[in-house]
Amino acid sequence: MAAPDRQDRLARVDGHTLVIDARDLTKTYQMGEIEVHALRDATLQVHAGEFAAIMGPSGSGKSTLMNILGCLDQATTGTYLLDGVDVNRLKDNQLSAIRNRKIGFVFQSFNLLRRTSAIENVELPLIYAGVVGRQRYERARHALEAVGLGDRIHHHANELSGGQQQRVAIARALASQPSLILADEPTGNLDSVSGEEIMGLFQSLNEQSGITVIIVTHDLRIAMHTRRIIRIADGVITGDEPVLEQIVASHEPLTKSVVGDKAQAAG
Amino acid sequence: MYLLDVARLAWRTLLANKLRATLTMLGISIGVGAVIALLAVGAGVQSYITQQFSSAGTNLIVIIPGHIQQAGGNAFGPQAPLSMADYRAVEADTPFLVNTSASYGQAANLTFESNTTQVNVNGVTPSFKDVRNWNVRLGRFIDDSDNGGRSRVVVLGQTTTNDLFAGDDPLDKVIKINNIPFRVIGVMEAKGSTFLGDQDAVAFIPLSTAQERLFQKSALTANGDRRVSNILLQVTDDGARPVVEASVKDLLHERHHLAADAEDDFSVVSQAELIRTFSDVTSVLTTFLGAIAAISLLVGGVGIMNIMLVSVTERTREIGLRKAVGATSRAILSQFLTEAIFLSLLGGAIGIAIGIGGAYAISLIASGFTPVVKSSAIVLAVGFSFVVGLFFGIYPARRAARLNPIDALRYE
Repeated sequence: MAAPDRQDRLARVDGHTLVIDARDLTKTYQMGEIEVHALRDATLQVHAGEFAAIMGPSGSGKSTLMNILGCLDQATTGTYLLDGVDVNRLKDNQLSAIRNRKIGFVFQSFNLLRRTSAIENVELPLIYAGVVGRQRYERARHALEAVGLGDRIHHHANELSGGQQQRVAIARALASQPSLILADEPTGNLDSVSGEEIMGLFQSLNEQSGITVIIVTHDLRIAMHTRRIIRIADGVITGDEPVLEQIVASHEPLTKSVVGDKAQAAG
Repeated sequence: MYLLDVARLAWRTLLANKLRATLTMLGISIGVGAVIALLAVGAGVQSYITQQFSSAGTNLIVIIPGHIQQAGGNAFGPQAPLSMADYRAVEADTPFLVNTSASYGQAANLTFESNTTQVNVNGVTPSFKDVRNWNVRLGRFIDDSDNGGRSRVVVLGQTTTNDLFAGDDPLDKVIKINNIPFRVIGVMEAKGSTFLGDQDAVAFIPLSTAQERLFQKSALTANGDRRVSNILLQVTDDGARPVVEASVKDLLHERHHLAADAEDDFSVVSQAELIRTFSDVTSVLTTFLGAIAAISLLVGGVGIMNIMLVSVTERTREIGLRKAVGATSRAILSQFLTEAIFLSLLGGAIGIAIGIGGAYAISLIASGFTPVVKSSAIVLAVGFSFVVGLFFGIYPARRAARLNPIDALRYE
């Protein structure tokens, strides 16, 4: 698959709404006498269907930015509209609901529940969304099929390879059909082959199903798999540019389209 | 999050840590078991006592000489003997009476051939067997002609019969009571032993025979009348009891020439009152022991709290993940609270089984009574273990619910 050129990308982006509209986000921690500015006046827009990377060395504030974008934390000042919702004003329980419906997390260390099958892990966000019974099971199964694990839905986490575990985690992120998938160093615990596979999976989810994906990484090679790199250092966004030479991961074709699943689940 | 999901999750978590869950539940099981067992034994003893008193006859009032103090001080106050004249006056002037009986008795030596025994020999009126609801097993009881004729006839209790005759037919045999020959005309039904002693180590003779022949000297009063040891009154029903008691007290107070404000020199004791007194005592004891047992429930609750705190720490990352995928603090709270309540309720259920088993085991060792497991005790135990789970589960559950998802996800 060839990298789409800049005109292509802009055309696609312009046709979609803003998923992330963050303006002047500041996060300040009080460490005893000293004020630590983890994030300073960060302004960022991400449109639906984008595939972007937030890059920076450790301590740069990229985790803080991700936590705020993921509604796990709230900015000290600034405004953040997620899918048009001003999340900086929301209460704890409302943030939980937003995370549940609009965001799918993928973590470096997978964070699957032990002694629990793949499908039950994927069902987890659906439980909190109040989806019950057969519908919950079917949606979880579709999500697992979308990441190519349709034949391993009853395997427990410890019976799966690292790459497969991360696929389960991605299926879990997909299950509630969020507006945005936030992946924090998703290949950090994987060998290069599995890492490549995971990036390929993100690419096809984005290309074929139009899912908005943001990857947080310190690894330029991983960032080069996306189409836009946002650089951050010392809590300040220092750069924001499209990826001109996107690395296209070699991956097996998806067994099923997630868009199709969406239509099915909605109907 | 639906209740079914919460329950299923709690159940699975417990199954994942079977040994730990079992040990934690054990604390509650022992507590609930102890409470249930003690309450069952207490209720069993209470009904045993009630039954023992009732077997003496129903709606009985006993008049005995001497004043029994209600509380403290000397057991007996002023004492004057009761006489046959008292008995006849009571019998004549008291309302609501169904039947009456008087007796006079003392310990005496009984011999048959080479066998000797010492028992209480009671002179009684023929009505005694009806008032006491106590029939003969062999032969007949004392009748009016025996009493009128001061006959030397005797009806033996079962233990006395065994002691003297060792299985031989006692009827029409002649035994000696304090060396005076008596003919055996009957044997009473066995009443068995109670906490008041062996009721069957006894012999009955006509009242007149006891007063005027066997215990002639001791039965004589200063004015030439004959003494009675006690007077039994059977009243129509429990409601009539206060009236009868008041009437008897007034009558005897006057007959004994006591000043209006003087203490009675006799006592009127009702069976119902005795049952109530003993019931009160056992109730207090049962409650007291139950309260001590309930302390172990609290200890079990602390165990639950401890293990839930460990569990929350161990599962910090899981909690972080659940919050990240959309669990509200409330959902986390209910998850851990449900686990704690499951532990305590399950422990309580096992405890009920242990308690019932324990109560029956106790009744086998201390035979005589049947434990009574009241449904109220089970409701109490279940309710108490629920409350223990709730109370000791709320703190760990709140701690879990308040975890910051970012910190929790980073927790190693």
